[in-house]
Amino acid sequence: MKSKGARSFYLIPYYIWIALFVIAPIALVVYYSFFDLQGNLTLENYQNFFSSVYLRLTLSSFWYAFLVTFFSILIAYPTAYWLTKTKHKQLWLLLIIIPSWINLLLKTYAFIGIFGLYGPANKFLAAIGIGEQQILFTDFSFIFVSVYIFIPFMILPIFNSLDKLNPALMDASRDLGASSWMTFRKVIFPLTINGVKSGVQAVFIPALSLFVITRLIAGNKVITLGTAIEQQFLVTQNWGMGSTIAVFLILFMIIIMMLTGQREKGGSANGKTK
Amino acid sequence: MDTSIIRFENVSQIYDGAGPVLNDVSFELEKGKFYTLLGPSGCGKTTILRLIAGFITPTKGDVYIEGKKVNNIPANERQVNTVFQDYALFPHLNVFENVAFGLRIKKLKKAEVERRVKEALEFVNLKGYENREISEMSGGQRQRVAIARAIVNDPEVILLDEPLSALDLKLRTEMQYELRELQQRLGKTFIFVTHDQEEALAMSDEIFVMKAGEIQQSGTPMDIYDEPINRFVADFIGESNIVAGEMIEDYRVRFANKEFECVDQGLNPNEQVEIVIRPEDLEITSVSQGKMAVTVDTQLFRGVHFEISTIDEVGNEWLVHSTKKAEVGSLIGLDFDPEAIHVMRLNESEEAFDARLESYGAEADEK
Ligand SMILES: Nc1ncnc2c1ncn2[C@@H]1O[C@H](COP(=O)(O)OP(=O)(O)O)[C@@H](O)[C@H]1O
Ligand SMILES: [Mg+2]
Repeated sequence: MKSKGARSFYLIPYYIWIALFVIAPIALVVYYSFFDLQGNLTLENYQNFFSSVYLRLTLSSFWYAFLVTFFSILIAYPTAYWLTKTKHKQLWLLLIIIPSWINLLLKTYAFIGIFGLYGPANKFLAAIGIGEQQILFTDFSFIFVSVYIFIPFMILPIFNSLDKLNPALMDASRDLGASSWMTFRKVIFPLTINGVKSGVQAVFIPALSLFVITRLIAGNKVITLGTAIEQQFLVTQNWGMGSTIAVFLILFMIIIMMLTGQREKGGSANGKTK
Repeated sequence: MDTSIIRFENVSQIYDGAGPVLNDVSFELEKGKFYTLLGPSGCGKTTILRLIAGFITPTKGDVYIEGKKVNNIPANERQVNTVFQDYALFPHLNVFENVAFGLRIKKLKKAEVERRVKEALEFVNLKGYENREISEMSGGQRQRVAIARAIVNDPEVILLDEPLSALDLKLRTEMQYELRELQQRLGKTFIFVTHDQEEALAMSDEIFVMKAGEIQQSGTPMDIYDEPINRFVADFIGESNIVAGEMIEDYRVRFANKEFECVDQGLNPNEQVEIVIRPEDLEITSVSQGKMAVTVDTQLFRGVHFEISTIDEVGNEWLVHSTKKAEVGSLIGLDFDPEAIHVMRLNESEEAFDARLESYGAEADEK
């Protein structure tokens, strides 16, 4: 009895935190989404969201988030696989993780320098005879920098799931006649899919609401839900519409979380049963 | 017809940095037999299996399967299947799909896959378990799934890496019978790894006793038990009394301060040797009738027999397995046949040892 009371006592800071910083903001966002610019209660914002402008924006936001996630997986999976095979894997892992501790803005500014007209990237292109290119403010630079920013969050969960994989399973697969590719497809990938899903959650969801990179690297040529919210609040001062977009963003996040939710199918290493 | 299925020629395996894990190992295995690699943990048994399966390539020497050199043939192209030490069943697939894995890789027709998986599961007494998840199977059942997954591919050779070590004693004994019977029904070559000498003796057609990356002795269980080549083998295979001795001349050996008649010959006069006598070959009798007088030190009742530890006049310990009881502290006589004395030369190679045994046989035939 006593211990139960003590436990709920220690939980109080947690509940306060959740109430103040999770529930209250969401409630406020939902509340504001029902008001127009003049402060009248209305459903107009929701109607507007389904207009072609916002639908196209949502679609484009999803498309870019998809591209960023896709290229992240493409690079992260082989990297993580290679990491599990190297000798000093913890050291290598640390080297990959460290950049993620550096402020996002700082890294983004660095890329402005690198990709700028007089930056090293263009110097290199000129040197190999391709000539100077407009790299900044293109889809390429946006995807490139986003992937760079997000990649540690994709590598880490994939690395963890690969590292936990029993190597005897790969031997078993080879033993039963599977080529390397078949072994990857039928054993390694299915057993590390949970790591990939965690990575997708960590990349796709934030990528939906990117706005620093869209502005600085893509020169606002790429507009995501994040950019739209920022514009509504800070430029148009239309808090109602901004909140409505935020409500949808939250909805999308919940849906993605559900889609990438981890289903235990006896697949866990600890052999847990349902 | 060529009956050889696997051949190792001077195979050495060296992992980076460390000393050799296998040191110049050569042997040849025949089709359709039950072979056992026996040796203490870390002696290189698994390494031999991995070389046969194709997970590693030998640092030196060659591996042949059915007369073909396979050093550079990858595991997935070898007609060999493995039952792994921890079974290595795929946790994301159910029992049926685990067993079907190899057949699906070969892209067999659906009906064919179904038929063969069912057959293999029936073979290992797991009919009706097709749709179970691996996590819902007990240790013994997982082991059977692993065996079914190997035999379903109809390989020429099945490698089994300590498959019974995780099971409790009763299940283990049961599985020993089943595995042996399975091998006889299939008629395939089994290479079985264990560190349990009783298991090896019970199951094998032929045993390879290994120590530190080298094969010490190979032969039938009876051969190895009765004629161990050296102290290590004698000690590892069953309990034995090993004492220092001296060969006086052919058929006469001296140990425990006495001379005895024996069946060994062809050694140098006065050569220093080691003598092995198995505990069950020693018989308790009166001091006057015995060949050796010993004092009873301790006595344990083991169910089928008494395990009696005795000490002779020069301080050698003699372990006796006897159905008769003895009095602790009393002086008793030990009797044994000349055939019970097994003489081991120090540092004898397996070839020389075999040749020597061979000559005894010829001698006996002449008589
Ligand atoms: N991949 C490896 N790298 C380095 N040493 C290894 C490797 N695999 C096995 N060994 C070493 O080789 C020796 C023999 O191993 P193993 O064949 O597994 O022995 P056993 O199966 O008889 O217990 C051990 O000392 C082990 O530490
Ligand atoms: Mg082993």
